[in-house]
Amino acid sequence: MMPRTLSRILPQALTLLAVVALVSAVFPGFLDVDLVNGRLVGPAVDVVKRGAPVALLAVGMTLVIATRGIDLSVGTVMAITGAVAAWTIGAGWGWGGAVALALAAGLAAGLWNGCLVAVIGIQPIVATLILMTAGRGIAQLITEGRILTFNDAAFAWFGSGSLLGVPVPAVLWLLTAILVAQLMRRTALGLLVEAVGINRRASALAGVNARVLLIAVYMASGLCAALAGIVATADIRGADANNAGLWLELDAILAVVIGGNSLMGGRFSVAASVLGALIIQTIDTGILLAGFPSEYNLVIKAALVLVILVLQSPNLGAHWHFLRSQMRRRAEPAPAASPQGPGAQPRTTPAEEARR
Amino acid sequence: MNPRFYPLAATIAIFVAAYAVCYAQFPYMLSTRVAGNLLTDNAYLGIVAVGMTVVILSGGIDLSVGSVIAFSGVFVAVMLRDSGLHPLAVFALLLLITTAFGAAMGAIIHVLAMPAFIVTLAGMFLARGAAYMLTIDSVPIAHPFYDLMQDAYWLMPGKGRLTLIGVLMLLSVLGGALVAHRTRFGASVFALGGGEQTARLMGVRVGRTTVGIYAFSGFMAGLSGLVFSVYTGSGYPLATVGTELTAIAAVVIGGTLLTGGAGYVLGTLFGVLTMGLIQTYIVFDGSLSSWWTKIVIGLLLLLFILLQKGLLRLTSARLSGAGTGAGSAARAG
Repeated sequence: MMPRTLSRILPQALTLLAVVALVSAVFPGFLDVDLVNGRLVGPAVDVVKRGAPVALLAVGMTLVIATRGIDLSVGTVMAITGAVAAWTIGAGWGWGGAVALALAAGLAAGLWNGCLVAVIGIQPIVATLILMTAGRGIAQLITEGRILTFNDAAFAWFGSGSLLGVPVPAVLWLLTAILVAQLMRRTALGLLVEAVGINRRASALAGVNARVLLIAVYMASGLCAALAGIVATADIRGADANNAGLWLELDAILAVVIGGNSLMGGRFSVAASVLGALIIQTIDTGILLAGFPSEYNLVIKAALVLVILVLQSPNLGAHWHFLRSQMRRRAEPAPAASPQGPGAQPRTTPAEEARR
Repeated sequence: MNPRFYPLAATIAIFVAAYAVCYAQFPYMLSTRVAGNLLTDNAYLGIVAVGMTVVILSGGIDLSVGSVIAFSGVFVAVMLRDSGLHPLAVFALLLLITTAFGAAMGAIIHVLAMPAFIVTLAGMFLARGAAYMLTIDSVPIAHPFYDLMQDAYWLMPGKGRLTLIGVLMLLSVLGGALVAHRTRFGASVFALGGGEQTARLMGVRVGRTTVGIYAFSGFMAGLSGLVFSVYTGSGYPLATVGTELTAIAAVVIGGTLLTGGAGYVLGTLFGVLTMGLIQTYIVFDGSLSSWWTKIVIGLLLLLFILLQKGLLRLTSARLSGAGTGAGSAARAG
């Protein structure tokens, strides 16, 4: 099991190493870590901390995408849950109430999305677009259009505190990722999610309760978004309904895709997605550290993302599999399969269908 | 009436009903001034939504358009400031760039068989980044030709102004409708939206059509950027963030199926106008906060999707076995 997981996340790990090496080459102190006042500090630690919202979102998004869905609403859900948390603290319910209500709001948002997708049967991209559009209005309704600030040291700990020297946001996403990955792989749950993603009808015929599973997956995504919202709100000690989590859903989807998960559902790897989130954050931070003018950020990011995506393109992948099978054939000349040219590889239709 | 006209009819009916409600409350809503402003204020959105309609009809999606609009404004502003070129030459150059940009995205989508969602997402970063690289400030446009365009309007009876950019939007809708419903390319787009395998078997040149679709969207986004620069009189790299999603919402409210293969460009016009109407109503009311716009648009989206869902069920029940009729909608302009 373990070696297979390792070989699955190898491309992402190598990409991350390459990006880290690239950044270190331009900014030599990138990997320096110091212990100041009992907490770890350094650019790399900062990456792990700043990457928390996207990493958390990516965990939930991985599951949604594995079911052949997509959740565009997570950024907005972050704003809603942040607003709920700030409002709760303002109402005097303390940090416990804030966390509980924020998580409940995330679950409710996920339930809404899940019902639209699984019960009414709306395409995921449209179903979640509704909450994405309306949700920011709801968040502004809660904050009444202002930035709700608060002063609660216990709640702020989720954003800026540290646990055994490690920033709390980093601990949160690590724990969430490990928990979800273990839940998916130690039980049959992951298999069922994949089954629904590959063929919902077939899995339903095989006895999988696809409807409940889909709703649960969207609720898990809402829960992850709520965690991300708590981290983001606690970090700035205020809820900004306009900007909290803005466009983070795109970063999260990008993280999942860089993680090598197909938008067409099926096989997934939470670990690879989280690595994808780290790659994105390392690029973001690295560009700043390397001293490029900040206006170059997006272009460099776009170029790097394109390179990574081209390397992972299904068509290139088909060629790569062909090459590898050729090499394997040469190593052990047993299999009876007749040699094929790369042109004979069937065009990867699933990926082409992903356009719709 | 043919069931495939239902979504279009529903869109128009809702627009008329909404206008009637507004009129009942504020009689002045039914003046040519408000109507003229509705066209002018939503001109850029309408134009970009036409391109988005074609993309969505083919079953794709183009997330880059908002960034392309911002890039266009900045490009024009910077070129007019730093070079002595005539605005028309700059316009031609810009439309060439954005069309080529769209075509390149289409080519990547086809050749590398990557989802349009991801490719255009990268395109979104790239265009926004290119805008930043040109300038990070808001650049005012001061050119006699721009003054000329901004002052070009036809005074309708009732002192409403039908501006140049408003007319340009209506022409774009007309042009888009002709392309989508009356050309071979349009038929290919609908076929592609109905199903790529089927389209291939029908003899549609998938690669060429895909490149054409995204090139068209890029062209429309560039045109929309020009209109936006005339509208605001400046270029700003942070402008029109999120316009792509507003455009997609307008297309869906306009009755086009997001899965592709069914819809009308004319519906998109009414989708855009309905969204503009909500905003105008909030301005007229004065006491409603702006966030209600977002909530109402979200609810409208839901309403339309549920409506389409019901209609689709109705249609497929009527045509049971004969397919959904999506492909044949192509020629039914």
